[in-house]
Amino acid sequence: MNLTLGPVLFNWEAAAWRDFYFRIADEAPIDRVVLGEIVCSKRLPFYAEHLPVVLQRLAAAGKEVLLGSLVLVTLEREQRHIAELAATSPVMVEANDFSCLAHLIGRPHAIGPFINVYNRSTARFLAARGARRICLPPELPSTSIAAIAAAVDDVAFEVFAFGRIPLAISARCTHARLHGLSKDNCRFVCERDADGLVLETLDAEPFLAINGVQTLSHRCANLINELDELETMGIAACRLSPQRCDMVAVSRIFRDAMDHRIGPIEANAALAQIFPTAPFSNGFLHGQPGAAYREPDIRYG
Amino acid sequence: MELICPAGTPAAFRTAVDAGADAVYCGFNDETNARNFPGLNFSREEMRQALAYAHARGARVLIAINTFPRASAEAAWRRAIDDAVGYGADALILADIGLMAYTAQKYPEQRLHVSVQAAAASPAAIRFYVDAFAVRRVVLPRVLSVPEVAAIARAGLCETEVFIFGGLCVMEEGRCSLSSYCTGQSPNMNGVCSPASDVTYQEQNGFLVSRLGDFTINRFAKAEPAAYPTLCKGRFRVGTNTGYLFEDPVSLDAAALLPALREAGVSALKIEGRQRGRAYIDRVVRAFRRALTALDTGLAIPPGGLKALTEGQATTEGAYQKRWR
Repeated sequence: MNLTLGPVLFNWEAAAWRDFYFRIADEAPIDRVVLGEIVCSKRLPFYAEHLPVVLQRLAAAGKEVLLGSLVLVTLEREQRHIAELAATSPVMVEANDFSCLAHLIGRPHAIGPFINVYNRSTARFLAARGARRICLPPELPSTSIAAIAAAVDDVAFEVFAFGRIPLAISARCTHARLHGLSKDNCRFVCERDADGLVLETLDAEPFLAINGVQTLSHRCANLINELDELETMGIAACRLSPQRCDMVAVSRIFRDAMDHRIGPIEANAALAQIFPTAPFSNGFLHGQPGAAYREPDIRYG
Repeated sequence: MELICPAGTPAAFRTAVDAGADAVYCGFNDETNARNFPGLNFSREEMRQALAYAHARGARVLIAINTFPRASAEAAWRRAIDDAVGYGADALILADIGLMAYTAQKYPEQRLHVSVQAAAASPAAIRFYVDAFAVRRVVLPRVLSVPEVAAIARAGLCETEVFIFGGLCVMEEGRCSLSSYCTGQSPNMNGVCSPASDVTYQEQNGFLVSRLGDFTINRFAKAEPAAYPTLCKGRFRVGTNTGYLFEDPVSLDAAALLPALREAGVSALKIEGRQRGRAYIDRVVRAFRRALTALDTGLAIPPGGLKALTEGQATTEGAYQKRWR
C-alpha cells in the first residue's frame, strides 16, 4: 500500500497552505497529493496564485499530483470552474461530484470520496468510463470495501485513513450562521478555525467540527490498526486528510506501520501525541457507529 | 405541474389518490428505499394492489428504490427493480448508478427518475444521468435557489421535480453520514436517518434529554414539546452560542413560490412525508390540489392552513431563498 495526502479541507491562510505543501514535497514519504479547494468556491481565489508553484514543487519531488473538484456545484461560476478544471488540468482530476465527472467520462480520472461508490456495479461502471482510482466513501464497512476491491481490476482503491471525517455538505454555511452572517456575506469567518470549529452537545461533549458548508466529525479517523486487513482486501492506498498538525510525522508513522517497522500500539501513541486535539475513531470500518473506536488487535502489537 | 404525493402505507396511498395526487411515490418494506421505518412501506402484494388502485383512477405510481445497494447484497436491490418493473410501475426513482445501469440495460423502456439522494444539482450532473441512462426526470436536491432551479429547467435536459412541502434536510441529500456516525445506520446504506432503534429519552434534573447513540441531541424543559432527535435538527453549543445551530425546527413550505416554480418551468411538485398518517396526507394533498387549481385558473393561492401540520409549527422556504444559505 502507499500513501495519498487528501486536499486541505479547511480555510488555511494562503502562505501557510503553500508552505505546508513545500514541506510535504521535501520531507514526507507520501506518494500522491490531491490539491485544490473542494469545500467552498469562495475560497478558490486565495490558493490560485500558489497552486502552480506548489504543483511543480510536489511533482519535482516525485509525488503524483491530482487536482480535486468541488464537492457541491450549484452556482454558474462553480459550473464554469469545474468545466475549466476538467478541460485544462495538467494532471489527473479527482471528481467529487457528477458535475465534474460528466466532463471526464472516457478519460483517465480519479473518483473522490464524495461520489457514492457503495457496490461493485457502481465501481465497475465508473472503471469502464475512465476511473483509474477510487477513494471509497468513509462510511463504508470493511465487508463492502473487501467485496468492491475484489471485484474490480485496474482500479486503485483507497480508503480515508486519517483526519476528521467529512460527514455532510450543505448549501447553507453553518460557520457563517454561527456568526450571525449568511454565506454570501460570510467575511470568511471559517479562516479562524484551521482544524474546524468544534460543536459540542448540550453536555459539553465535543461532537462535530464545522468547516463552512461542510460538517466533519470531531473525532479523527485513524485506521492504523487495520493496515494489514486493508492490504489483504486489496486496498492500494491510505488517504491522510490534512489537519493542522505535523502531517509529515503522521505520514512517517503510517509508512513505518505499513512496513511493520512499528506496531499499532506504538503508532497510536505517536499519532495521539502529534494530534492531541481529538480522540480517534475507526467505527465505520467495523460496521459500527463511525464515532466508535476499536482497540488494536494485540496479535499485531 | 404534477402533484407527487407520498405514501408509507396502503391506506395513505388510497388517501393520496383520492385527495387528488397525480402520482404517488412509495417503496418496498425493506432497505431498498430511503424511508425504511418499522411498520412502513409496501409488501409485494400491497404494491400490486396499490398499482391497481391508482391505475383504475388515472393516477401514476413511482416506486422509490433509492438507497445504495450493499456490496455483498446487490441481488436484493435488483429483485426490487425486477418486481417493480413486473408490476407495472410508472417510474422507478433510483439513486445508485450501478442500479441505474442494471435497469437501463435490462428494461430500456422503463421510465427512470433520478432520486434526490443522487444529489444531481447542476445541468452537467443531470446531463450525465440523461446520457448514461436516458433518465426522464430528476428530483432536485434541496440546495438550489429558484433562479438556479429555473436555469436547470431551462437547460431542458429532462423533467424536473422539486420539493414543496414537508421535512427539510439541511444537508445535501445522499451525501450525509451524520446518522451513521452516531448509530452505524445511514440514509444511503440503510434508508434510515437517526433511527428510532438508537434513540433514548431520559429524565435529568427536571429536563427530558434525547440521545442518539452515545450523543445528546436535545434537552427539553417540562412544558416544552419534545421533538424527535433528528441529528441536524438538534440543539448544540459552539462557544457561548447554544441552540438550533444547523436549522430551527421548521418544515419546508413553498406554497407561496408556486407561481415562480411554474414560471421556472418545473414539471412536478413533490410533497415529503412517507412516514405520515392518512389525516396529514389528506389535508396536505387537498391543500396543494386547491392551490394548483387556483394557479391554473389565475386566482390567488388560497392559504393552505397547513402550519399545524408542520414541524415546530413553523415553516421556511429553505434554499429556494438565497438568504437561507
